[in-house]
Amino acid sequence: MAPDMLSRLLAGYSPLTGVADELKRPDGSLRPVWEPLMRYLSEQSAETLARAFARGDQYLHDTGVYFRQYTGTGSTLRDWPLSHVPVVIGETEWAGLADGIAQRAELLERVMADLYGPGNLVRDGFLPADLVAQNPEWLRPVVNIRPRSGKFLHFLAFEIGRSPDGSWFVLGDRTQAPSGAGFSLENRMASSRVFHDLFPKANVERLAGFFRSFRDAMNGLRDDPEGRVAILTPGQHTDTYYEHAYIARYLGFSLLECEDLKVQDGKLSVRTINGPEPVSVLWRRLDSRFADPLELDETSALGTPGMVSALRAGAMDMVNCLGSGVLEARALMAFLPRICEHLMGAPLRLPNIATWWCGQPNERAYVLNNLERMMIGPAQSTKLPFDIDATTALGGKFRGTAHTSVAEWIEREGASLVGQEAVTLSTTPAMIDGKLVPRPMVVRVFAARTPEGWAVMPGGYARIGRSGDPTALAMQAGGSVADVWVMADQPVAPDTLRKTPAGPFLRRLPGLLPARAADNLYWLGRYVERAEGGVRVLRAYHLRLEEYGRRTVPLVDSLGQFLDNFGLDPEEPIPGALLGQFDAAVTCASKVRDRFSTDGWNALNDLSATAHDLATRVQHGDDAARAMGVLLRKTAGFSGLVHDNMFRFLGWRFLTLGRALERADQIAAVLAAFAGPEVPAGGFDAAVEIGDSVMTHRRRYTVETNRDTVIDLLALDRDNPRSMLFQLDRLREEETRLAGLAGMPQLGEASRHILRLQTALAVATPEETTTERLGELRAELAAISEALTAQYLS
Amino acid sequence: MSQVYDITLKIAYLYESPAAASHTLLRMLPRNLPEQQLLYGVVTTNPAPDYRLDAIDFFGNPTTEVSHEQRLSEIEFLFEGRVLRHGPAGGLDLSCALASLPREVAQIQSIAPDSPHHFLGASPRLPAEPEIAAFARSCVEPGMSALAAAEAVSLALHEAFDFDPEATEVTTTPIEAFRARRGVCQDISHVMITALRALGIPAGYVSGFLRTIPPKGQERLEGADAMHAWVRAWCGGETGWVEFDPTNAIRAGTDHVTVAVGRDYSDVAPAKGSLRSEGSHETTHQVDVVPI
Repeated sequence: MAPDMLSRLLAGYSPLTGVADELKRPDGSLRPVWEPLMRYLSEQSAETLARAFARGDQYLHDTGVYFRQYTGTGSTLRDWPLSHVPVVIGETEWAGLADGIAQRAELLERVMADLYGPGNLVRDGFLPADLVAQNPEWLRPVVNIRPRSGKFLHFLAFEIGRSPDGSWFVLGDRTQAPSGAGFSLENRMASSRVFHDLFPKANVERLAGFFRSFRDAMNGLRDDPEGRVAILTPGQHTDTYYEHAYIARYLGFSLLECEDLKVQDGKLSVRTINGPEPVSVLWRRLDSRFADPLELDETSALGTPGMVSALRAGAMDMVNCLGSGVLEARALMAFLPRICEHLMGAPLRLPNIATWWCGQPNERAYVLNNLERMMIGPAQSTKLPFDIDATTALGGKFRGTAHTSVAEWIEREGASLVGQEAVTLSTTPAMIDGKLVPRPMVVRVFAARTPEGWAVMPGGYARIGRSGDPTALAMQAGGSVADVWVMADQPVAPDTLRKTPAGPFLRRLPGLLPARAADNLYWLGRYVERAEGGVRVLRAYHLRLEEYGRRTVPLVDSLGQFLDNFGLDPEEPIPGALLGQFDAAVTCASKVRDRFSTDGWNALNDLSATAHDLATRVQHGDDAARAMGVLLRKTAGFSGLVHDNMFRFLGWRFLTLGRALERADQIAAVLAAFAGPEVPAGGFDAAVEIGDSVMTHRRRYTVETNRDTVIDLLALDRDNPRSMLFQLDRLREEETRLAGLAGMPQLGEASRHILRLQTALAVATPEETTTERLGELRAELAAISEALTAQYLS
Repeated sequence: MSQVYDITLKIAYLYESPAAASHTLLRMLPRNLPEQQLLYGVVTTNPAPDYRLDAIDFFGNPTTEVSHEQRLSEIEFLFEGRVLRHGPAGGLDLSCALASLPREVAQIQSIAPDSPHHFLGASPRLPAEPEIAAFARSCVEPGMSALAAAEAVSLALHEAFDFDPEATEVTTTPIEAFRARRGVCQDISHVMITALRALGIPAGYVSGFLRTIPPKGQERLEGADAMHAWVRAWCGGETGWVEFDPTNAIRAGTDHVTVAVGRDYSDVAPAKGSLRSEGSHETTHQVDVVPI
């Protein structure tokens, strides 16, 4: 039975002739390493398979894996395009490939050490001087810096493909700040869910060991056990920010932006809520030239002034050292084969795409004579050969209209051009409309320096072409991504990163909270609470609008006026400014994604999306009131996740401070407007309703609402979570803990402000708490916020 | 012929709202070169910095890195010192033909700081500009030596440009200044470097001082009341670097004192700073170059 099903699955799969295929040999037979996966696939019904694929997609959706895609007008987030069938490679073949990768990594290390050291490769004619001098990634301020560890490169990626003859070759060396390792982990999580019953017994090499070695290697780079390892990201607007946040969480390192860092006394430190803390190792995910506006790109707004100087002083180690982008230039690949013989005393085990620099007469002539099978583009470009644009010529023709004649162009600007062989890639199966079809692929593989030498991740990040066209060109338009399974002949032990006991460093990590992250959490708390306050007033307004119609009723006018004072236009059922507050909350959260649970993040996004959706269709009156009810329930859902599930890290305390402060302020504003001497009829009830204390009021006071009961309940009642004093107690409790952690010997500015206000409310009577006094209390709250900001958040 | 100068350079920043934690990289100390010696002199800051590191950059320029931790509403950087400057060697034009310069450049297999390779092609502030390239080609004639070609460009730019401190700012691009045909020494030097590179002549930027009070009977040179800028051009392996002052249509000589050299202004800016300040700030430069 089974063999028939297997042949039926494979029958329609026919690779192009002259192209290597991962699944089938040239004679059409199945490669044995694929057999378990193919047999498994063939045994599934269409429905089972669809469910299995959906499991993977659901995982990616739930974890919030996304990809930021840049277009002409801006950027959009799009779903993760997983091709569910992994690429399968046998362990013997992989071992050979890993050998080649390790050799290449070591070669690049030596080339970099020379380019930023003696410059012998240029002196001895292995590299043209102008190719180095004109490389914008060759950073002169880095010349003569010796990294503290003695090594420049620690984490590399290589884009590889397979030639028609079956051998592997490198399309590009990714040395600057390679991304993709975290995404391959996510692909692995997804594919292990898709094949949840096959994966555990399929002898697939696990990835965790690689990451553990790399994590240990980075910890080992520290100059003292108290030093910190951190990941440096350009920030949330970069296309791979998700990965930075993910890998930071996975490895347990802090995710920092340049703004978090400062160089003081020649040492690098992170601004935390408790002042500067030393950083010893930085995994840099930011392009080098943006790292320091003083010595590198002076226009960079992302950099940390003095970073180069700190590196030069050996105050930290960087993974990879600044300037490593110099190795990514296409033209370098023309010279690497000879340099390898020279530096390593052996030929390149893993060749790269054939490359000719048009700055040399013989090579230029060769390119001119072979235009048909060349891609010609900028010599200093760090893009992969298939990332071509208007300034690239393919097969003797231009992609754009930048130039008229290719030959003339090469004659005139040869020194700035390279020709690269227009390669053909191998194909691998993708499941499209229930059928397996061959699609071209490239694989990104990763190497990390460890004390035992270069470790190569047993797996990779495969990109699958959109069409069947096996030329590298097909990769250009994107397409999908796939997991890579390195299959052992023997069973492999399951493995996760978490099995090693956390060292002292990991245990003290929670203490490190960058001031910027704390600030974002504080404001996240404030925005969510502010939005909730607005929603409550809006609901009260629309309920009364429904009750009284459009008649002029003083209370409705007062509520409208109150909303207006807060920038919420009562003419809009769901005011744009309210949506703005939700957006602001999401923005704050997105800047601290590494500190956020997936559930919390999803709940907040759902809340914001719901508000935007409702705003498109909700009407005044009852409709809007019910919509506000929905938003309140969703806000409560988010708050519940935060309150019940979030570990009481320092970050949580700032979120709580923000919420408490904002709520106290909201209550004061409501009381000032609706519990004053000249309040319109129904104002006291409205205040109690907005303060979500109707039931409490009824139980607590035997009388109808009046000014004293309302003030008592909403300002001075220690047990009512909707009262100002309750919120001041929270502020006091959380801030006291923060100050205690910071080891403050005496009361700080923030503590003093909070204590003063807390005491004042504790002893106040309703009669004293006049409208004017409420205004003063709000000013006091603003002063508390300023003091918190000065003390912890800047 | 040689000349001794007492030199003062004062750069002051005045902030509207006090700036927190500033970090500044200074290139204010004159270089020691075959044609000039720093007899004595120091770079200081007021208030004194919390951290200071003196070093030498890639191109051999002395740098001073300082940081201030406290909030400042005013900060001042000062160089005071004495420099001995020798006259130029002068003599015959032994430079190679412009046409054979590329071959001469290619023979230099070096990326050391004095290699001409750094000074061709684009640099951070100087992209290739076809208009300036066309102007450069119009200045030279077939068969010219590299030195003569550089000189021709220098003179032509001096003719074409009006010295006008009001016309440009420190961030003006060379093409803007070129189109306006106005600017100060920085603009004219940037345009000349762009032009020379378009001709295949390696060219770099020199920042420094010009004597403030002219010798008796001579006219006062432009650019003497601020820091000055001029151009160095590589005229072949034999001749090496030659310095031109296109603002004054002369070769650099005993009137010039070199502070820093680089590919363009971004490599030699006297004070590169970064501070976290919300309001605007005001900068003043004050230069005094007194012959002794």
